[in-house]
Amino acid sequence: MDNFRDLYQQLILDHNQNPRNFREILDTDLFLDGHNPLCGDRIKVFIRKEDKRISDISFTGSGCAISKASASIMTTLLKGKTIDEAKKIFEDFHKMITTGEADLEKMGKLAVLAGVHQFPARVKCAALAWHTAMSILNDKKLDIVSTET
Amino acid sequence: MTGMTPAIRAAKLREDFPLLSSSQEQGPLIYLDSAATTLKPRCVIDAMVRYYTEYGGSVHRGIYRIAEQATAEYENTRREVASFIGAETTDSIIFTKGTTESINLVAYAWARNTLKPGDEILITEMEHHSNIVPWQMVAKSTGALIRYLPLNSDGTLDLNRSEQYFTPHTKLVAVIHQSNVLGTVNPVKEIVKLAHDAGAVILVDGAQRVPHHSVNVTDLGADFYVFSGHKMLGPTGVGVLYGNLEILDKMEPFHGGGDMIRTVSMNASTWNALPYKFEAGTPPIAQVIGLGAAVKYLSDIGLDRIAAYETQLTAYALKTLREIPDIEIYGDARERGAVISFNAGSVHPHDLSQLLDQDGIAVRAGHHCAQPIMTRLGISATTRASFYLYNTFEEIDLLGESIRKAITFMGG
Ligand SMILES: Cc1ncc(COP(=O)(O)O)c(C=O)c1O
Repeated sequence: MDNFRDLYQQLILDHNQNPRNFREILDTDLFLDGHNPLCGDRIKVFIRKEDKRISDISFTGSGCAISKASASIMTTLLKGKTIDEAKKIFEDFHKMITTGEADLEKMGKLAVLAGVHQFPARVKCAALAWHTAMSILNDKKLDIVSTET
Repeated sequence: MTGMTPAIRAAKLREDFPLLSSSQEQGPLIYLDSAATTLKPRCVIDAMVRYYTEYGGSVHRGIYRIAEQATAEYENTRREVASFIGAETTDSIIFTKGTTESINLVAYAWARNTLKPGDEILITEMEHHSNIVPWQMVAKSTGALIRYLPLNSDGTLDLNRSEQYFTPHTKLVAVIHQSNVLGTVNPVKEIVKLAHDAGAVILVDGAQRVPHHSVNVTDLGADFYVFSGHKMLGPTGVGVLYGNLEILDKMEPFHGGGDMIRTVSMNASTWNALPYKFEAGTPPIAQVIGLGAAVKYLSDIGLDRIAAYETQLTAYALKTLREIPDIEIYGDARERGAVISFNAGSVHPHDLSQLLDQDGIAVRAGHHCAQPIMTRLGISATTRASFYLYNTFEEIDLLGESIRKAITFMGG
């Protein structure tokens, strides 16, 4: 993919303009700020767990199209998943955006972000919401997740 | 501009810059990020190659031909720089790694040894991080306090209540001459007077001023004036600290090592004379020589012509951008430099700059190392276009078109 416009597929533009689960979850204490100090973007991820399942997940904040679309798609995919399933999806996703290696069929909607690995400056944008969500699931006692660690 | 001053012919001058030559593989580069670092003319590159290929010895040591030539060229740059910024003596010109190191030199060698608990360091809301963080570190180690001069909504400094900020507690004032985000040119001479009347020492960050406008440090009267070579057509790795001789003289050194000493015994050493006291170790010789070539190139063209041309370019760019619906431009100072920060509708600066890159246009997206300004403006990032003597009106047209295209593509 030479042309970045190819990366901004309709699905990404749509999730950027109409982000899904773009709201707070009030009745949970599982939430965390994610920060990309490079560009100043901040998003906040909220999760509600029931047993070992993610019964609800949402996000708020501001970011570029890649980070917003990635966050939005993430919430649609992780809702209803067990924690272990969510971690596995993250691993596959992380591999895809850093190396380009992925079973695109299995990745489903996330496949639209496969091209990100060709734009190293944008990998952090795509990963921001995910790192934040994983920090919550891993019970990391952080005030804020930063992509610059 | 007087009728006698011939205007800049950017089209011709671009031939001096290898990165702008039309044989670029990826198509022509439209470089609108000179506030980050400038392109280099061939003469600067050649001067450094000549040092390495013809006389690459060390300075201030050898008594053989190439070392003597290296020393002569190195010291010649010091003279060129001194006269370029109107310094009265070369003793006041210290070569550093850049603006950041120049500021840290003052922070470590002056502020840490001078400031006491309760003393105040006055900076402004429009400083670059390099003129904030070193002072925060000084404040932490000395117990001094940092205060911020506020901004008006047009991006100028609010000096209306200056008596509340310049007080007997104020011991150091550190202020940016020209903003790398808003373009604002600050009334530095007036601020120098306010600082001195309060009995404070003042440092001026000229990183964005010296490349674009003639500066006379003697006339300005600042105690310290700092800038970087790479933002004025010179190489990276070299910058300048101009300092008031009386203060420099009393200061302890910053780094210890070779070249900065007069005598070294087992237990103690005595310091070399100015400016060498502050230039420990083997300096970046090729870079200093490259900076000399850059200063000569700029002087030959003339800073007044460069400034006049940039004023025209900036006015044209402001007009071009303002014609685009939904563009918000940050900063509207009457006296401003060739830097424009903006946002285009709801398109995030990262997305915008990536899309502009597809058209060969290099702009900057982010907080531009000035997060306090972003906080003040209530935004997280902007896109920034900045111009220099090699930019053209056609490039600004292309910028405008490319922004319109990106806004349409992103759906607003
Ligand atoms: C106004 C200003 N001050 C300081 C700096 C820091 O300069 P350098 O990175 O060359 O040390 C910059 C450039 O990034 C700047 O624009």
